[in-house]
Parts: sequence; structure tokens; C-alpha cells
Amino acid sequence: MSDQTALKLTPLNATHRESGAKMVDFGGWDMPVNYGSQIEEHHTVRTGCGLFDVSHMLPLDIKGAPVRAFLRRLVANNVDKLQVPGKALYSCMLNEAGGVIDDLIIYFMDESWFRLVVNAGTAEKDLAWMEKMNTEWDMGLTLTPRRDLAMIAIQGPNATQALNEALPGVDSITANLKPFNAAAMGEMFIARTGYTGEDGFEVMVLAKSAPYFWKALVEAGGKPIGLGARDTLRLEAGMNLYGQDMDDTTSPLESGLSWTVDMKTERDFVGRAALEKSEITLQLVGLLLLDKGVLRGHQKVITKHGAGEITSGSFSPTLQQSIALARIPLGIAPGEEVEVEIRDKKLKAKVVKYPFVRNGKALI
Amino acid sequence: MNIPADLKYTPSHEWVRIEADGTLTVGITHHAQDLLGDMVFIEGPAAGRALSKGEECAVVESVKAASDVYAPVSGEVIAANGDVESSPEQVNKDAYAAWLFKIKPADAGEIATLLDATAYEKLVVADAH
Repeated sequence: MSDQTALKLTPLNATHRESGAKMVDFGGWDMPVNYGSQIEEHHTVRTGCGLFDVSHMLPLDIKGAPVRAFLRRLVANNVDKLQVPGKALYSCMLNEAGGVIDDLIIYFMDESWFRLVVNAGTAEKDLAWMEKMNTEWDMGLTLTPRRDLAMIAIQGPNATQALNEALPGVDSITANLKPFNAAAMGEMFIARTGYTGEDGFEVMVLAKSAPYFWKALVEAGGKPIGLGARDTLRLEAGMNLYGQDMDDTTSPLESGLSWTVDMKTERDFVGRAALEKSEITLQLVGLLLLDKGVLRGHQKVITKHGAGEITSGSFSPTLQQSIALARIPLGIAPGEEVEVEIRDKKLKAKVVKYPFVRNGKALI
Repeated sequence: MNIPADLKYTPSHEWVRIEADGTLTVGITHHAQDLLGDMVFIEGPAAGRALSKGEECAVVESVKAASDVYAPVSGEVIAANGDVESSPEQVNKDAYAAWLFKIKPADAGEIATLLDATAYEKLVVADAH
């Protein structure tokens, strides 16, 4: 096996091990893949309350007077949509060729402070890119990685109840917090965001307090959920995963992310020129497998307009059927059938609009 | 560790039970299902198919991953377990009850090449380090 000592640990590592988690090497992080049955964990989030350690993701504070101007140029969505403190925005950060360096969430704290949350596997690359732009554009901003923070996602229809019970006084915040908004409570930062298609929160807490907070959430009825279920939950919710559904070489316009690329104003952002010149020939669609089997990433999709590829595929515990996201040629509409090559067979799948599941309900 | 002493094993994590009539019943071990996690799809070999030792002959898929199952010895498939194909989670509940297929061995001598429980346990322990 690989060198275990080299793996990075979140502040909750010992907590996971105590609760019998099966740990795996996830992009250099020692993370829980499940605590027993991945499918049971999946259903728990759809029907109750699940807890996720997402401390491998990196919160990053950017401070300085021109921070808004910096982000206007840095990312493809428009941070001018953020006018109220605590408001969040999902965006891609593009390279000059229009490829996706990362997808991230941006929180508006105040006019000289924005907080970003970036993916674990891309954190170093992102930071290097942002520092390069900071220098190139002569912005003089301070970028501070916040590895002193842990991040816990509390997701599911009972998330509010569990958080209220675990954290006395938070009910005044949770009662009024709208989706994609955040609020500070002392040292904590509470956002109504998630990656499951359910109501819930992502809470940043000082690393040293994380194990106590986690235990309080468990006592309040939250169940630990591993990265395995996190993947099937986000797939059912039709949410992209960086590195699978898009990367440095793919356009957000061919990755189902056009809604996050804001070209309504003249705003000049990195990658815009390339996107405007590009010819869009592919689309990201949902697939529902009609035959028996399991769709997986990189399987070939055969359509009447040419070949495509599955970007993410798995078994949907909610639909009890295999589902996928796939990048296929334009001109194939929802309802049409395509074929997927699995081992030596060609299986039938139907193109569908995603999300597949939202708020506990199947949409397919 | 759940490795029954009365069964034989392969390094690729199949278990084999030698029946009184000389046929072999084959499944995947408790350790294998534990590595794979929740099973969602199983496809066994067709009855009548002739298998060579080590040939890919069945597929087990969990939510997480697909994995091939290999013929522990050469022989003819005499049955596949349709019950397990319709409810793959049986493999997670009891890997040694949820058999995948039965073979009539072509060469009884090959059975001696299978691992006993002690040898298989050593292999699983070595894998974990």
C-alpha cells in the first residue's frame, strides 16, 4: 500500500477512526469512504440528517481594497451579484483557453474581504494561479489559506433541527438563512449550502473545536456519511464534480455550466475571449440506464450524431437504477435513446434532464 | 476475520465449496465484499459454459466499483444463482451463503491448487499492509 504517513489528516481524523469509518486515500487525504453501508448513508441524507467532514476542501480569505475588482476578472460568474454580506456565488475559474481550473464558492464578507472555498485536489494549483494574477494585475491583495478551519456539512430534511440542537443560539440564524447565504456566529461561519440536493448547511469551525462540534451533531441525531455516499448524492442532484465532469481541458459551456458563466455585461474575465471564439459541439446530459448494469466514468456513449463519453456514473440508491452524466454531441434531446458500451455489450440508456433527485424526491 | 475453515479459496478472493458429488460451488469472500461495499449488480456465467482456470466469468458491481470474478478451476458451469443476480445485497449479508455459480471440474487435480483457510487468511493480512 502507499505510504500512509504521507497522507494529510483533517481535524476529525481520529473521530472517524473511533466511529469505525473505512478510510481511503482520497487525493492524498486520509478520508472516510463509509462508516458501514454506503447505500444506507445515502438514504439517511435523503430522509434524515447526515454529517460530512469536508475539511479537505480549502477555505481561502482574500483581503484588500480591490478584492471585488480582482474577482470580477478572475472568475467566470459575476461577483457583482454579491451585494449583501454572507451571500454566496458558485463559479468556475478559467484559464486563458477557457478550460476550468476549478469550480468554487465565493462568499461576500465585506468590500475588502471575500472568502472562497476551493476543491482539495486543486487547492495548490488554485492558490498559485491566484497569486500569479494578483501579481500580474498589481492588486496587492492578501491571500490566506485557512487550514485552521474545519468544515462540516450537515445535510438532509432534519439538518436544521440537528444544528439547532447541537449549537445553542444558532436557531436565530437558521430560521432566517436563505439558500446560498451565510452568517457568522462568533468564530463559526454557517452557510446554507451543500452538495447533496437536500436542505442543509456547511459550517466552518476552528479546527480544534471540530471534534466537539461533530460529537454534538451526532448526539443531535446527525449520522456520519462517507465520501462514497457524497458522490452518489451529488450525482443524483446533478452537481458537477471537478476532475470528472470538467477540468482544465473542458469548456464550462460543454460541461452543463453555462448558467454560471456571466457574459451579460462587457466585463473582461480570464477565458472570456476563448469562450467567445469557441464552437460548442458537445453538451452534458443525464443518462438513465434502461438495461441492467452500472454506468461508470469513461464508458463510451453511442448516439446518432457520433460518440460521447460518460463523465460520472453510478448506481442511484433513490431511483434503484444506474444514472450518469455524459458529454455527448449536441442535437440529442431528452427522451432519446443512446447506447453505452459496457465491457463487451451495448446497453440502452435514455437521455434525461437532470437533476435526477431533489429534496428527497425523484424527478425522473 | 470471516474465513470459514471448511472452504477453499483463491488469491483473487473467490471461495470454493467442494460438494459431496464432486461439483464446486463458488462465491466471493467476505473480505472481497467488504472491500467492494454495497453490491448493486451481479452477472454470473451461463449454464453450460466451459471455463478455463483463471478465466473472467462473472461480474460483481458495488456502488463504488466493478470487479471480475475468475474461474477457480477449469470446468463446465452447471448453474448460476439467479436469486443473487436479482438481489445482489445478499452477498453483503452473507458472502458464504450467496453463491454465484456451480462448476463441474474438468480436472480434479486442479482442486489441490486452491488455498486453504489459513493460507487465504495470510494473504488477506499481507494485503492490508
